[in-house]
Amino acid sequence: MLTIAGKTFRSRLFTGTGKFSSPRVMKEALLASGSEMVTVALRRVDLHDPADDIMAVLDRDRFFFLPNTAGARNAAEAVRLAKLARASGGGNWVKLEVTPDPRTLLPDPVETLAATEELVKAGFVVLPYMNADPILALRLQDAGAAAVMPLGSPIGTNQGVLTRFQVAIIIEQARVPVVVDAGIGAPSHAAEAMEMGADAVLVNTAIAVAGDPVRMAQAFAKAVEAGREAYEAGLGARRTEAEASSPQTGLDFLR
Amino acid sequence: MFIAPEFQQLRDRIAAGGPDAVERALARGRLDLDDLAALLSPAAGPFLAEMAQRSARLTRQRFGNVIQLYAPLYLSSFCINRCAYCGFSAGNAMPRRVLSFEEAEAEAMILHRRGFSHILLVSGEAPAKAGVEYLEALALRLRDKFAAISIEVQPLETAEYARLFAAGITAVAIYQETYDQTVYDQVHRAGKKRDFVYRLATPERAARAGMREVGIGALLGLSDWRAEGLAMGHHLAYLRKAFWRTGLTVSFPRIRPAKGEFAPLMPVSERDLTQLIFALRIFDPDLGLYLSTREEARYRDGMLGLGPTRYSAGSCTVPGGYGDSAASGAQFEIGDQRTIDEVSRAIRAKGLDPVRKDWDAIFQQHEQGRRQAA
Ligand code: SF4
Repeated sequence: MLTIAGKTFRSRLFTGTGKFSSPRVMKEALLASGSEMVTVALRRVDLHDPADDIMAVLDRDRFFFLPNTAGARNAAEAVRLAKLARASGGGNWVKLEVTPDPRTLLPDPVETLAATEELVKAGFVVLPYMNADPILALRLQDAGAAAVMPLGSPIGTNQGVLTRFQVAIIIEQARVPVVVDAGIGAPSHAAEAMEMGADAVLVNTAIAVAGDPVRMAQAFAKAVEAGREAYEAGLGARRTEAEASSPQTGLDFLR
Repeated sequence: MFIAPEFQQLRDRIAAGGPDAVERALARGRLDLDDLAALLSPAAGPFLAEMAQRSARLTRQRFGNVIQLYAPLYLSSFCINRCAYCGFSAGNAMPRRVLSFEEAEAEAMILHRRGFSHILLVSGEAPAKAGVEYLEALALRLRDKFAAISIEVQPLETAEYARLFAAGITAVAIYQETYDQTVYDQVHRAGKKRDFVYRLATPERAARAGMREVGIGALLGLSDWRAEGLAMGHHLAYLRKAFWRTGLTVSFPRIRPAKGEFAPLMPVSERDLTQLIFALRIFDPDLGLYLSTREEARYRDGMLGLGPTRYSAGSCTVPGGYGDSAASGAQFEIGDQRTIDEVSRAIRAKGLDPVRKDWDAIFQQHEQGRRQAA
């Protein structure tokens, strides 16, 4: 089971509430995904308002809500959003997103680190969305991040884990769970990330915009499980290069 | 804090591995501790040539075709500990001395003239004779002449390491000697060194103080080398995670059966040593691996390019021994008596470059400036 900041999750598939055609479709898809962690944009929902169209359809006992700071362009904005959400009963967990470039929505590493430091000091459980930069991942962990969320490829591109080399380093060095976020466009991408040893993946768009979101949610659930199972079972690695069957390295000097 | 795994469990884990575990380990890109256990197992013996090939390739990939040269500078043979295996042990009747600053500087200048810019300051563990103040003052005197200064002395506190770092010492080697606590208690008969746990936490204190590099090691011949290798794997994995800014190195001092008075409790053959070196290289490709002049020239030459990245040369283990070849009271016997030029020639003959300088004190001065600014 996956544990983040003392909270355990049976499902390693994290989902989001954006881009669905209706709250009803969203609800069905999220139920079908088996996901227990759902991220919601603070700017989009009113966590406190039971009549909010998103909050109204999702069962809070079934889903853990992870508010995100989508839309924040710098640390100050992100911190302000998070504190406002907490003040209005949103809890102290936050998925930190700081994306100054509206075109690519790539995360700003400098501001993300600054915001993480500040939010951790303020008592938040911080899960920063980040580029797949291993040193940044370490710095965020040093700053107290409860998990790190490197991107597989730029958000919305559906390109899969293009950053696999760096994600592998992040996983290898991690002291906290690694959640691959963004760019996961197909169940095979999710399975790949899980096979690599990611602790979870976050999938939103690929489910929300699928022809049949409910079936796609099920497909992702299976892929995540399969990938995790393969990782735990111990994959036979691909050889990095053909090793000569009769090695040439001389050891005749040994006595 | 790092907690050493139970030694017998390590042995059992290694014994459990068969040839398929070895093949699996060799097929993987990144190895975990189970893979390391397999590579250390008797089942890996027949795979030594394959391990050599993999180790050589990784070493070349990560370090290039270079070997770093360094020389130890013995400062003091005083020691408060009684270690059964050591010439400096407090129980041994022998001439002892601690070099004055002038004497140490004179020795250092001999090494400097020989072309060394990396020196390793070594002493027995006697804080009253060669304590932090002594090391700090000496480092300040030497730092302009050497690109890098390392220490292999008694365990210190974090604040003391920080002080030495500021004085120009960038690396700390501290060997657990053995991760087998039963044997540890047997061979460390008296002195502060009897505290297994304090010693075990020393690499962490050095890393926490900001040292660029921390070295660990086991004295081979005290206990089961395979389990020592796995214990080191655990220790390294812990340090990598906890101190990602710190470079890690491993040394492989081996008690030689024929030499010295202390007979190894569990002899380690050349083949064993070789398997251990390859296994750790394959487990952690970025480790700096030392092969000192304890080993013979033939072996050291044979291992060039296969895994180790750092060689000492022309070493003398008597305080004052570089200037006065008649000085007596060595810590251990030297297996490779060649001069730095001879060793350099042997390195070049293998198509490798003997590097005498690979660090500059300017990094550290800069860092100090930053720390003060912060
Ligand atoms: S091994 Fe070190 S501590 Fe032990 S007697 Fe020798 S110099 Fe002293």
